[in-house]
Amino acid sequence: MSEITVRQALNDALREEMEIDPTVIIMGCDIAVRGGPFGVTLGLLDQFGRKRVKDTPISEPGFTGAGVGAAATGLRPIVEILYSDWLTLCTDQIVNMAAKMRYMFGGKVNMPLVIRAPFGAGGGVAAQHSQSFEAWFNHIPGLKVVAPITPYDVKGMLKAAIRDDNPVMFFEHKRSYQITGEVPDNEDYIVPFGKAAIRREGTDVTIVSYSMMSIRAQNAAEELAKQGISCEVIDLRSILPLDYETVMNSIAKTNRVVVCQEANLRGGLAADIVAEIIDRGFDLLDAPPVRVGAPNVPMPYNAGLEALCIPDEENIKEAVMKVMSND
Amino acid sequence: MKNICKNMKTLLPGLKPLKAPSGLSKKKQEDMLYKMCAIRAFDSRVKELWMASEIYGLAHAYIGAEAIAVGACEAITKDDFISSTHRGHGHTLAKGADTKAMMAELFGKYEGLNRGKGGSMHIADVDIGMLGATGIVGSGMPHALGAALSSDVLDNGTVAICFHGDGGTNQGVWHETINMAAAWNLPVIFLIENNQYAIATKLEWVTKEQDLYKRAIGYGIEGVQVDGFNVFDVYSAVKKAVDKARKGGGPTLIEARYLRILGHFVADDQAYRDQGEISDCWTADPVERLKEYLVDSETFSQAKVDKIEQTAKDEIEAAVEYARNECTEPPADTLYDDIYANGEVII
Repeated sequence: MSEITVRQALNDALREEMEIDPTVIIMGCDIAVRGGPFGVTLGLLDQFGRKRVKDTPISEPGFTGAGVGAAATGLRPIVEILYSDWLTLCTDQIVNMAAKMRYMFGGKVNMPLVIRAPFGAGGGVAAQHSQSFEAWFNHIPGLKVVAPITPYDVKGMLKAAIRDDNPVMFFEHKRSYQITGEVPDNEDYIVPFGKAAIRREGTDVTIVSYSMMSIRAQNAAEELAKQGISCEVIDLRSILPLDYETVMNSIAKTNRVVVCQEANLRGGLAADIVAEIIDRGFDLLDAPPVRVGAPNVPMPYNAGLEALCIPDEENIKEAVMKVMSND
Repeated sequence: MKNICKNMKTLLPGLKPLKAPSGLSKKKQEDMLYKMCAIRAFDSRVKELWMASEIYGLAHAYIGAEAIAVGACEAITKDDFISSTHRGHGHTLAKGADTKAMMAELFGKYEGLNRGKGGSMHIADVDIGMLGATGIVGSGMPHALGAALSSDVLDNGTVAICFHGDGGTNQGVWHETINMAAAWNLPVIFLIENNQYAIATKLEWVTKEQDLYKRAIGYGIEGVQVDGFNVFDVYSAVKKAVDKARKGGGPTLIEARYLRILGHFVADDQAYRDQGEISDCWTADPVERLKEYLVDSETFSQAKVDKIEQTAKDEIEAAVEYARNECTEPPADTLYDDIYANGEVII
């Protein structure tokens, strides 16, 4: 095992998959020579050349659509959208094309396409560089959506995404690249989609989370433990498919649930997860489920205002106290 | 050109007399006629069947544009790729799809080319290089680019033809796609079917420069304009562009200029158009022009031409009978099939 960063884990995953499979290509703005805005793709151009590692013009619909066409004709393309906020530009190609072609064509096409998109808030990049759109894509049959956060998971899930024959939305938290963790050396492993990880076992409250919120949930759980509240923290890792078995098994034990997302709350993933929990196990609940998310405002620039819009450990603790007090 | 009315010559000054390129085999000319007749018969029947409520949803007839799909697809092989539009029956037939499976698809049947999940607007046959009709104007542009990227990376010598309409040329992705294909010198041919109407909106109302091939200059590639009612003119231009692309010469923009004869979709009565213009268009009917040329040039006898046309009609009629009488409704338990690969179901 080696301690590496998320950035290195992503880079290793890309390199290893490109070494294994000559049909894997990657393209996006600034990814080749510069190595991407976050350095994730550094070194790939030198190793694999311009045909497979392409700097694109600023043409998200065009190069995302080219990824769709390439996936349909024998390649396994990875398309990087520099900030996930700009998925708005190429959503037609993702939602109307990549997600639907297999179905519309009666199964007569393959669509092994990965869309990598740095998402999440922080750092004062304001309203057009801070958003989390996973709920939009979760709504679309035909897509898979994942948002891992540990180096082990990002590496294993990116490799799984590249090998998947379906279009995969791969959300990387843009504040996560320096997070470190243990990753096995010289081992070709994948982390399969649809399996949540229990990051901390507990008995009083289940906290469902993913991406950066799972780290904040673990921090909150640690502090709550000092107050005698035992939280079980689930890191979903994979949003679509979502491991409801693990979620419901945990709730069967705790009978209380808090669901966290970093996106603003309205129409969010937490709402959908709570609805599903109620469908599957209303009788298991001793208290109404509580959601944690951002207020429904565009992300402001000012650091103080921004902090009000990024759900943190305090928000999670408050939610846990609320669900605990509501017998 | 003997039957083409004066007004048509004013509206389409690029109309050229048909002349088979030297060396084009009789077999190839017969194939062209057969396929054009098959498309005409297919979409004529689709229109009738839609009106009779035997075909559901939306259907856009390729009638009047046969020379473009056939001229272009005769210039490539089965291994090459095409991307299509909402008006995709002609492209699919020209690329060689099975007529019975196509008609069954339009009937929504389980035996259809796409299991009854796509219908007219999403008909596709990727196995023969037809990357699918699409209901969103311009969205097929980058798929041809992607096919050309595959060709480049896999180094398999294939080319891609991107069919699109004049309407599609005003989408942002049109510009993005051609720019990338040019910058990367990829083997793709952009073929504009300029029928001068985006549903009811005339090109001249929304586009200053209507010679769309001239846009090629802005991308540093070759642009040519051809007679879209003339199968040989389309074939020659596409063949040249394909040969160039295969040799690493990069993309070409070809504008096949014609006029839409039928409505936007099969039940569009075109009340918004000059009715005289529509009847004038029929005097340049590309199928009739080809039949006439093949007889006048003594390539084939009238009897042979009639026989080719009748055989094509018979094939389409057999497809209708097949779809109507021999096919089945998709079982309800196929609803979740093919949302994901390899039989995976995510509820």
